[in-house]
Amino acid sequence: MERVDVITGTTAAAIGVKLSNVEVIAAYPITPQSECVEMLAKFIADGEFDAEYIKVESEHSAMAACIGASATGVRTFTATAAQGLALMHEMLYIASGMRLPIVMLNTNRALSAPINIWCDHQDSVTERDTGWIQIYAQNNQETLDSIIQAYKIAEDEDVLLPVMVCIDGFILTHTVEPVYIPDERKVRDYLGIYEPKHAYLDPDRPITQGPVGVPECYMETRKQINDAIERAKEVIKRVNEEYYQLFNRRYGNGLVEGYNLENADTVLVAMGSVCETIRYVIDRLKKKGKNIGLLRIRTFRPFPKEEIKEMLEGAENIGVLDRNISFGLNMGALGTEIMATLRDKKICNYIVGLGGRDITPRNIEEIVKHLEESKDVETKWIGLKE
Amino acid sequence: MIEIRFHGRGGQGAVTAAKILAKAAFYDGKYCQGFPFFGVERRGAPVMAFTRIDDKRILIRSQVYNPDYVIVLDPTLLDAVNVVKGLKEGGAVIVNTTKEELDLGFKTYTIDATGIALDILGVPIVNTTMLGAFVGATKLISFDSLRRAILDTFKGKLGEKNAKAAEVAYSILSEN
Repeated sequence: MERVDVITGTTAAAIGVKLSNVEVIAAYPITPQSECVEMLAKFIADGEFDAEYIKVESEHSAMAACIGASATGVRTFTATAAQGLALMHEMLYIASGMRLPIVMLNTNRALSAPINIWCDHQDSVTERDTGWIQIYAQNNQETLDSIIQAYKIAEDEDVLLPVMVCIDGFILTHTVEPVYIPDERKVRDYLGIYEPKHAYLDPDRPITQGPVGVPECYMETRKQINDAIERAKEVIKRVNEEYYQLFNRRYGNGLVEGYNLENADTVLVAMGSVCETIRYVIDRLKKKGKNIGLLRIRTFRPFPKEEIKEMLEGAENIGVLDRNISFGLNMGALGTEIMATLRDKKICNYIVGLGGRDITPRNIEEIVKHLEESKDVETKWIGLKE
Repeated sequence: MIEIRFHGRGGQGAVTAAKILAKAAFYDGKYCQGFPFFGVERRGAPVMAFTRIDDKRILIRSQVYNPDYVIVLDPTLLDAVNVVKGLKEGGAVIVNTTKEELDLGFKTYTIDATGIALDILGVPIVNTTMLGAFVGATKLISFDSLRRAILDTFKGKLGEKNAKAAEVAYSILSEN
């Protein structure tokens, strides 16, 4: 039966994994995700969850173990953050290149040095080009729902790519709030047992996976991944609708979610939990007769170009919030993508909330004010100390 | 929306208290958030935690700067940090102290939570006692919901003892 509990984002993710009937988990603890894999280990130890938990010596090994397990045709999960994700980097390409539907929770955390355990998106946007689908959740409910959806998307035969569910470290991972926990059987019926129909390791039918890709074939493998992640757009949209029919919750069209976009000349574009603070500010400004819109990017990869063009067609002032920075360009990852998508618009890029710097309603209001007064494309750092 | 800030020392259970209060509010049919100050946790060092309670879904995700209530778990913090910093006009403070009265410039309730905790729990862990005091002083949520949230968090006999400590503090401040 569906129930509701007051839980953290990491707990919500762990419950999502348990409901998804995952068979192998390999993970190495790192703040702020540790609670997630600790809970999974506990579920298994308590006999509530029948999965194999592989303790490994590093995140690189965690991903390697997931790749090995997934290649034998079982559902796998891992979780990480920051330096842990960076250490996985080379293995991320192997997971997508071998077309393995691994699901990973990344609890967004700043990269060292200096050592910082708090939230920003530098870790996951840095892995933008690895062929992983990236979903950014804005609250703990969406975290749980996105883990379940991630398996449906990853295992779809039109996709067969790994999925990273990204949630803001501390802001979601360490905050309790009410979360609806779907009925276990209903989720299991929806996802079914993972039975790979594509190549997988089976002693009775020996094959080689991940062999040499000579120049005669390598480029085609890249095109296939690119085509698959493009096809994932339709799959993500379909899964979003199916999920709504079954569990009564949906997130925009699955790729993007608009808020108050009608009649708004000024629109903010962002990813993650800050979108809720932006909505809070939008509601407040609306009472003062001011119309500001929000376009939340839920999937950074695949990047929803078509939706962005369509939904921002009437917008005059576009402000993109980035919780990351591309050194040497003075722009964030989302800012550059939005600018590449909308070439004839006035777009300002706001670098915010790096390394856990709080993003307050006042910061959002400052962004709106700057955006409305700005005459040209500009990047501005928000919340810096004088 | 009501915002509550807890001041404690690392290891005293301020974060647990913030989460229990969130859950208690939820049992009262309200929306809630409970979270620690996103810092480096060290045993004995001053720590903060926060609870937000509202009738509608809570969207704001920044930290709490202007609380409606402040709960101080450790009396020695009064000399170490400005516990009323940012407290809203008309706000109130609930302090664990053996003093009857304190002048903090705001409406202040005092309770000897350490005495109650030592008496009932046998250890000077005052988080649940202070929650009882808070609910008694403010009536912001029902005691039944608080009790339920405490029993969810601490199982068995420990839960019953913590609920009892909360109840004693609740009764004392309810009479004020």
